[in-house]
Amino acid sequence: MKKVWRNLPTLRLLIYAVALYILLMLLSSGGILNDYLMIIINICLIYVILATSLNLINGITGLFSVGHMGFAAVGAYVAGTFTTLVWKLPNDGSVSTTLLFIVALVLGGIGAAIVGALIGMPALRLKGDYLAIVTLGFGEIIRTIINNIDAVGGPRGLLGIPALSSFTIIFVATVVTVLILRYLVYSSHGRAMISVREDATAADLVGINTTKYKVWAFVIGAFFAGIGGGLLAHLIQLAHPTQYGFYASFLVLIVVYIGGVGSMTGSILAAFVLTILEKYLLPMLLQWAGLGVEWRMVIYSLLLIIVMIYRPEGLMPREAKFMIPEDH
Amino acid sequence: MELTTFFQQLINGLQLGAIYALIALGYTMVYGIIRLINFAHADFLMVGAFAVYFFASFILTLTNAIPPIILFILGLIVALVAGALIAELSNRLAYKPLRYKPRLSALITAVGVSMFLEYFFASLPFIGPSFRAFPDLLKPVSFVVGGVYLNNIQLLDIGLAIVLMILLTFIVNRTMMGKAMRAVSQDKDAAKLMGINVERTITFVFLIGGALAGAAGILMAMTYPRIYPNMGILPGLKAFVAAVLGGIGNIPGAMLGGFLLGIAEIYATSYNSLLGEGIAFAILIIVLLVRPQGLLGEKQSEKV
Amino acid sequence: MRNSRKAFVVVVLVIGLLAMVVGCAAPSTPTPTPTATASSPTPTPTTPPPGGDIIIGCVAPLTGDSATFGKSTQNGVQQALDETNAKGGLLGGRQLILKTADDKSDPTEGAAGITRLIEQDKIVAEIGTVQSKVSLAIAPILQAKKIPMVSPTSTNEKVTLVGDFIFRACFIDNFQGTVGAAFAYTNLKVTKAAALFDVGNDYTKGLAESFRDAFTLLGGTIVGFEAHPTGATDFNAQLTKLIAAGPELLYLSDYYNDVGLICKQARALGYKGYFLGGDGWDSPDLVKIGGADVEGGFFTNHFSKDDTRPEVQTFVKAYTAKYGEAPDALAALAYDAANLMLDAITRAGSTDGTAIRDALKTSNFKAVSGTIKFDANRNPIKAAVIIEIKGGQQAYKATVAP
Repeated sequence: MKKVWRNLPTLRLLIYAVALYILLMLLSSGGILNDYLMIIINICLIYVILATSLNLINGITGLFSVGHMGFAAVGAYVAGTFTTLVWKLPNDGSVSTTLLFIVALVLGGIGAAIVGALIGMPALRLKGDYLAIVTLGFGEIIRTIINNIDAVGGPRGLLGIPALSSFTIIFVATVVTVLILRYLVYSSHGRAMISVREDATAADLVGINTTKYKVWAFVIGAFFAGIGGGLLAHLIQLAHPTQYGFYASFLVLIVVYIGGVGSMTGSILAAFVLTILEKYLLPMLLQWAGLGVEWRMVIYSLLLIIVMIYRPEGLMPREAKFMIPEDH
Repeated sequence: MELTTFFQQLINGLQLGAIYALIALGYTMVYGIIRLINFAHADFLMVGAFAVYFFASFILTLTNAIPPIILFILGLIVALVAGALIAELSNRLAYKPLRYKPRLSALITAVGVSMFLEYFFASLPFIGPSFRAFPDLLKPVSFVVGGVYLNNIQLLDIGLAIVLMILLTFIVNRTMMGKAMRAVSQDKDAAKLMGINVERTITFVFLIGGALAGAAGILMAMTYPRIYPNMGILPGLKAFVAAVLGGIGNIPGAMLGGFLLGIAEIYATSYNSLLGEGIAFAILIIVLLVRPQGLLGEKQSEKV
Repeated sequence: MRNSRKAFVVVVLVIGLLAMVVGCAAPSTPTPTPTATASSPTPTPTTPPPGGDIIIGCVAPLTGDSATFGKSTQNGVQQALDETNAKGGLLGGRQLILKTADDKSDPTEGAAGITRLIEQDKIVAEIGTVQSKVSLAIAPILQAKKIPMVSPTSTNEKVTLVGDFIFRACFIDNFQGTVGAAFAYTNLKVTKAAALFDVGNDYTKGLAESFRDAFTLLGGTIVGFEAHPTGATDFNAQLTKLIAAGPELLYLSDYYNDVGLICKQARALGYKGYFLGGDGWDSPDLVKIGGADVEGGFFTNHFSKDDTRPEVQTFVKAYTAKYGEAPDALAALAYDAANLMLDAITRAGSTDGTAIRDALKTSNFKAVSGTIKFDANRNPIKAAVIIEIKGGQQAYKATVAP
């Protein structure tokens, strides 16, 4: 029995997910997790989507993208445009609304994926720091363009987005994202992406189309970032260009590297730990210590430096067993 | 565009470019030797500016009789020292332990150092997050040449950027330390085998790089007399683009990149302000696609 | 090895969840915020009044680029609460307690912050927040929970349109631009004007656009209309272009720190005309940054510190004594917003959200920024003042009624 259990990691992952969902739902309906804590959990989940998708680009394929929130912005604005301006969805949470919302999310993801393909092009010629700075530039250009499109509010932001991101939808989207990325990483395509990371020249020599895989990493990573952006916009009911600047991108990058670059388990864990730390524990701790809230980010950045110095490989550099599919 | 406007914009571009060039010089020095995009470089600039602010405010409360030129020179020294110290401190505490670890961990650490400096300064009660007026170290004097307005601080920016570039080129190409720097930049291990003290060389580079940031800080604060903890972020980003544009690691390249970027940004903005906002990154992407090593950079063959 | 890793995951997750549950289960432990303990001495009633303290929320940008505005706002609210507490509190001696949340100028943080104040601190009313983009994220949450909100400074028209629990204490964007245009055209007799604004900030953009529209409607000509990116320090390119078009007046809708630099750079480029702007100019630092170059500039504002009305003088004196600096427009509006709310709570006679809302609707309150009544969209109807920078000081110039 134990052996069967160990040999069915996908089943285990699903059971863990369902158990976590039921637990959170019970705590929430029992009033132990109030709306505030649920918002934080929702943000944690969205960070899981953003971080794992960035990890595909940076960790698995070994590229270096720092403009991830640019993709999220495209997703947020495309999805928001459809639900708010085109379909004018009500806030009723009915089945048809939810279905249309899912369609809008996917459209947002596709929009982000198209942009991802564009940004992936320079990746064919550039490496490391150079690629980093170009993706950063692209992220800023996306933000500038949104800032200047009056149809989606320009600097005012896209307003009046219906609150369609329920906990259930966000949770399901997160689990689906993780399952797909996990499957992908351990498929032959994922192996090819890892070979690009380890040695692109050798990969080329054994007949792997490295060009294709670099672009695909950006396309898929951007797609899921777009989904994350769409969910965020429908959680806080607006999308604003200033939410998607390079500082926001850095925060996602920090989650990936503290968790352990290349490790999906690390990204998932760090998304929870860091978000809860930053939004919940640190403010509480500071209040207890009698310090002003402004010290929150001082401590946060100090922690980041310390983790990087003493554990540069991140907190969870290797995958947990249930994150590795059967036969691996 | 009228001719006077054209020349006025050229002067505007040179001034902006001089600021970018000064910051870019420091970026390029540090990147050249340890291949680290030191995101915190722009915050060393802020530290330098604040050091001068407190120094000058203190002096000005003691006496008003001090000649402006002396005050400026003293301020410049304070800026150089403050920048050098904070840079070396970051190197010692944050970057050195990661020297032989994956480069990207060092990069993330640099982001951390940058965030730390910004938030730390904003949290200190005697600094705070707000904007401060930077005192006039030199009295601004404007003059008109053929309808084009110039002022002494503009000329100082441009002049000092050029002087510092020449000085740096001299250090790198003509001194023993410069030779050591070039050796470490090419191959740390081989340099060590040749009897070069690698850590001391890196320390020297951080001191110089930090001093340059300090110099950029005081000049930026004099040109745009408003300082605050986040003042370095945007110019820092642009200056980094300038360094890449000129060929990162290349000193005249940083200078060229800075001026080109400044001028391009001013002309683009005067054509359309939206264009001005994105031009830096657009130029960067085009240059990197066409000539990834930058304008003056040397092509590096890929190691297999 | 594998087991230890697994244990690590489990331990971290459990600690995280426990921390949340524990932290949530015991939120009512009376740990007053430092700001709350800093309140002035209050007469403690011998028997605690029924209902306990009244908790007022304030979401504001306390860190990040706009922290200065957040601090002023928080100070203004605190001042109003302290004064009422010193007079014996509200509703039969109940004390007022301020609970703040930092929104970092980020809508996501704002949404999380206001939910925390509602769920854990049990606020009965919200004063805030500063920026429209964050107010727009917190307003739907308050509306759904039927908790009234008065934003001191969110000028975007859409904010109060979120619902009938959402009010504001400031003018909406287009009022100031219109007043400025009328002053430029009628009083300064200017016919050619140009504007420069921050393209990434809806407030400055809205002001500049309404100035442009109103000025053109009056018969003036807009000879230049230029934007700059957020965080810019070099405005020479835009200014050179604008000055070449020959305006007699530059409309600068930016905040004081940008305005100081813009005025300096414009004068260095040989510009001789007027400067005019909005309430973003209201800071003693404007003159420190801009020096002699902002001299003679005009701006529209909510109140003037020179106003002899007792409300204004008492407030300016008390605020200056407490915080060591004169209040700016943000502090004054936050003070007004808080007092409007407290007045409504008194008239409602309860802390029930719907009752407070109904009382707010019928407000007729003598505030620092003038006597405030609300229109059908819960925007205040009140006059604007025009202030001139004279001898490095703000001097009252004129009052313009709506």
